[in-house]
Amino acid sequence: MYAEQKTHLLKALAKNVRYDGRKPLEYREITVEYGISGSAEGSARVKLGGTEVIAGVKMEISKPYPDSPDKGNMMVNAELLPLSNPEFESGPPGEQATELARVVDRAIRESKCIDVHKLVITLGEKVWGINIDICTINDEGNLLDASSLAVLAALKNARLPKLNENSEIQYDVPLTDQKLPLSREPVEVTVIKVGDHFFVDPLSEEEKLIEARLTVAITEKGTICAMQKGGAEPLSSEDIDKMIEIAQKLAPTLRKAL
Amino acid sequence: MQRRNNGGKMTEEIITKDKEIAVPGEIIATGMSFLPGKGAYRESDKIVAQRLGMVSVEGKVIKLIPLSGRYLPKLKDRVIGRVIDVLMTGWRLEVNSPYSAVMTLKDATSEFIPRGADLTQYYRLGDYVVCQVVNVTSQKLVDVSMKGPGLRKLRGGRIVEVTPQKVPRIIGKDGSMVSMVKQATNCNIVVGQNGLIWIDGEPENEVIAVKSVKKIEEEAHLSGLTDRMAEWLQKETGVKVNPAATPPPAEEQTTTEHPHHFGGSQ
Amino acid sequence: MTYDKRFDGRKIDELRPMSAKVGIIPRADGSAMFQIGKTVALCAVYGPRDLHPKFMQNPETGILRVNYNMMPFSGHGERVRPGGGRRSKEISMVMENALLPVLDLKEYPNAVVDIFVELPQTDAGTRCAAITAAAMALADAGLEMKDMVCAVAAGRVEDKIVVDLNYLEDSHEDGADVPVAVLPNSGKITLLQMDGEVTKEQMNEIIEKAKEACKKIYEVQKAALKEKFAKR
Repeated sequence: MYAEQKTHLLKALAKNVRYDGRKPLEYREITVEYGISGSAEGSARVKLGGTEVIAGVKMEISKPYPDSPDKGNMMVNAELLPLSNPEFESGPPGEQATELARVVDRAIRESKCIDVHKLVITLGEKVWGINIDICTINDEGNLLDASSLAVLAALKNARLPKLNENSEIQYDVPLTDQKLPLSREPVEVTVIKVGDHFFVDPLSEEEKLIEARLTVAITEKGTICAMQKGGAEPLSSEDIDKMIEIAQKLAPTLRKAL
Repeated sequence: MQRRNNGGKMTEEIITKDKEIAVPGEIIATGMSFLPGKGAYRESDKIVAQRLGMVSVEGKVIKLIPLSGRYLPKLKDRVIGRVIDVLMTGWRLEVNSPYSAVMTLKDATSEFIPRGADLTQYYRLGDYVVCQVVNVTSQKLVDVSMKGPGLRKLRGGRIVEVTPQKVPRIIGKDGSMVSMVKQATNCNIVVGQNGLIWIDGEPENEVIAVKSVKKIEEEAHLSGLTDRMAEWLQKETGVKVNPAATPPPAEEQTTTEHPHHFGGSQ
Repeated sequence: MTYDKRFDGRKIDELRPMSAKVGIIPRADGSAMFQIGKTVALCAVYGPRDLHPKFMQNPETGILRVNYNMMPFSGHGERVRPGGGRRSKEISMVMENALLPVLDLKEYPNAVVDIFVELPQTDAGTRCAAITAAAMALADAGLEMKDMVCAVAAGRVEDKIVVDLNYLEDSHEDGADVPVAVLPNSGKITLLQMDGEVTKEQMNEIIEKAKEACKKIYEVQKAALKEKFAKR
C-alpha cells in the first residue's frame, strides 16, 4: 500500500536528507523538564521536536514478591492518550501501549537501574513499590525514545516520601531529600531501517514507512542492557551490528539532555 | 474593550476593530445599522462573535474570518483525496474531512471501465488523487470526480497538511504565492482546498517547500506576507522570486474563488 | 467557628494564580492548557470527525463526546489506577452538558466532536478547570460557539462564602463545594452541582460570587486565545 511513498522516502535518504531536513542519524531538539507534577513523587516532561511525553513516579508500601523478600517492586505502565494522536482511542492499553511500557520497563529493570535491594523497609514484609506511568501528550513520531528518556528523568527527579512510625506514607508533609537508589542510567535509542538505510528519531510521516526497527538500551558505560526488534521485515546480523553501533554512538546525545 | 456609556442611549460603535481577533461571545459592535455576516450574530443591539476569528468590517457588514476549523466538502472544490476502500462500483476516498467521498466508475476516468474489471488496476488503497467535488447532499454524502483538467493520480511526492482556512493565502491572488514557492524550490505543488498539499521535487527543495507552506500558514493573518516570503525564499534557495510573478496556466490552479485577504496589503 | 484567614492566605473572593495557553497539542484540531493554583488541565479537541460505532451516529446533528481523565500520578495521595471509573464518567457527562449549550452541531450530521481532558496535577476544582480548558480548545478548533464557558468551584467554608476552593477547603468538614459553569456574556449557568450543606440565601450568594469570579477567568481565556494569533 505504501510502495510509492516508501520509494520517495528512499530517494531522500539516498541523499542523506530527512523529511524535515535533518541528517539520518540526527535527533530533533531534545528538552527535559523536571518536577512538572507536584502531585507525583517524581516527574518529568520530555520534548523530542514536537513529540511530547510526561512520566510520573508514585511510590507505595507493598509486600515483596514471595521469591524475592529482599527486593522492592517496580512497574512501568504506559498510556497512549487519545489526546495526543487522532488515531488513539480511549480504553485499556492496546498492543502499541503495552509494547511501549514493556520495552521501557525492560531497560530499567534489566539494567538494575534501580537498586531494588535498597528499597527494603522490613525484610520479607515491607518494601517500596515504584510505579512509573507514561502519558503521551503530542505524538509527532518516536514515542518510544521520548518515553524512555522521560522515565529516566522522572526517576532521577523522584524523592522518597516521609513515613510515619507504622511505615505508612505521609502525603500531607513535604517529600524527603532522599533520592531513589539509581545505579545505572539507561537511555534507549530506536534505530529504523527502510530499504538499505538506517535512521533515528522518525517523524510521524516517516514512521508509517518503517520496515524494521531495533530499540537498544545503552547504559552510561556504553554496554547494552535491553533490546527489542519491531517491524514486519527481518534484519540480518550485519544490520543488527550496525544498528547497535548507531545506538551506542547516539546514546550520549540523549543523555546530555538530562 | 470598554463600552462608552452614553447615558443609556444606543451608540453605533465598533468595539473590536477590523483585523483584530475576537473570541466567541465577544461584542464586536453595537448599533442597529450593522449587519451580522458569517461568524457573527445579532443579540438585541449588539453584534457578537460566534467563533474565534479575525474581524472583518466591510461597510456595515461584520464578518468573522475563521482561523481554524475542519474542512467541509463544497461543490466545485478541488481536493486531494486518499483511496481508503475499493467498492463494487467505485472507490471511497478520505478527504481530510469528517465526511468521506465516493468516486463512481463513470467519474473516475475518461477511459471505458468494463463491468467486473479489477478496479485496483486504476486506483488502489493508499493512492493519492486530485479530484473535484461534484455533489454534496444534506446528509453530507459526497461525490467526487476525476474527469476534468488537472485531475489525476499523484505519483510519488509527499503530502503535507495545513489548516483549510489558510489555503487561499497559500495559493495567493491568482496563484501568485504558491507559484513563488514553486519557482524558488523547483517543486511540483498541488494545493487542495481541503488543506492537503502535494509536493514533489528534489529532497532538499521539498524540505524548503514544506517549510514555506507551514510558514505561510502560521503568518497568514499578518500583513506584508508576500514580500516577507519572497525575501525568505531567496535566503533559503538563492533563487530570486518576483512577488508579482506570472501565475502558472489555469489548469494548475486549484481555486475558483477570490481568496480572503489576510493582513491587508499584498 | 469563624473562618477568618483562608488556609493559603487568600481573600475570600480571591482566585488562585491562573495561567492559560492555547495550541499546546499541535496534532489536535484545537487544544488548550488551563492552570488555577496547582490544578492543571490539558485539553485536546478532535472534530468534527467520523463517528464509530455507527449506531451512535445522529443523522440530524453532530454529537459532543467528552472524556475526562486524571493521570495516575495526579492525585493528592496514592496512585490512581488508570481507566477512569465512575467519577470520571460523571464528570465527563456534566462537562458535556456544560459545553453543549454554546455549540451548534447541526452542520455536522453523523459526526462527533471529541473532547479529551487529562490532568497531570490536581488541587481541587478539577472539573471546573477542565471545562475552562475545553472551552478554549473548542474555540481554537474553529467551532461555532455563541459564547465561551468559564467554570469555578465556589462554596462555603464554615461561616464564609469563598471562591476557588483548594483541596484543604474542599475537604473541610464544615462547608460546601459548589462547582459552577457560567456563560460570561449572557450570565447563564450551564453547570451547577453542590456537595455539603447551605441555606438558600448562602446558595444565592455563592452563585453570585461564582459569576463574578468567572468574569476574571473569561479575561484569562480571552488573552490566551488572542495571544496565539498575536502579531510578532
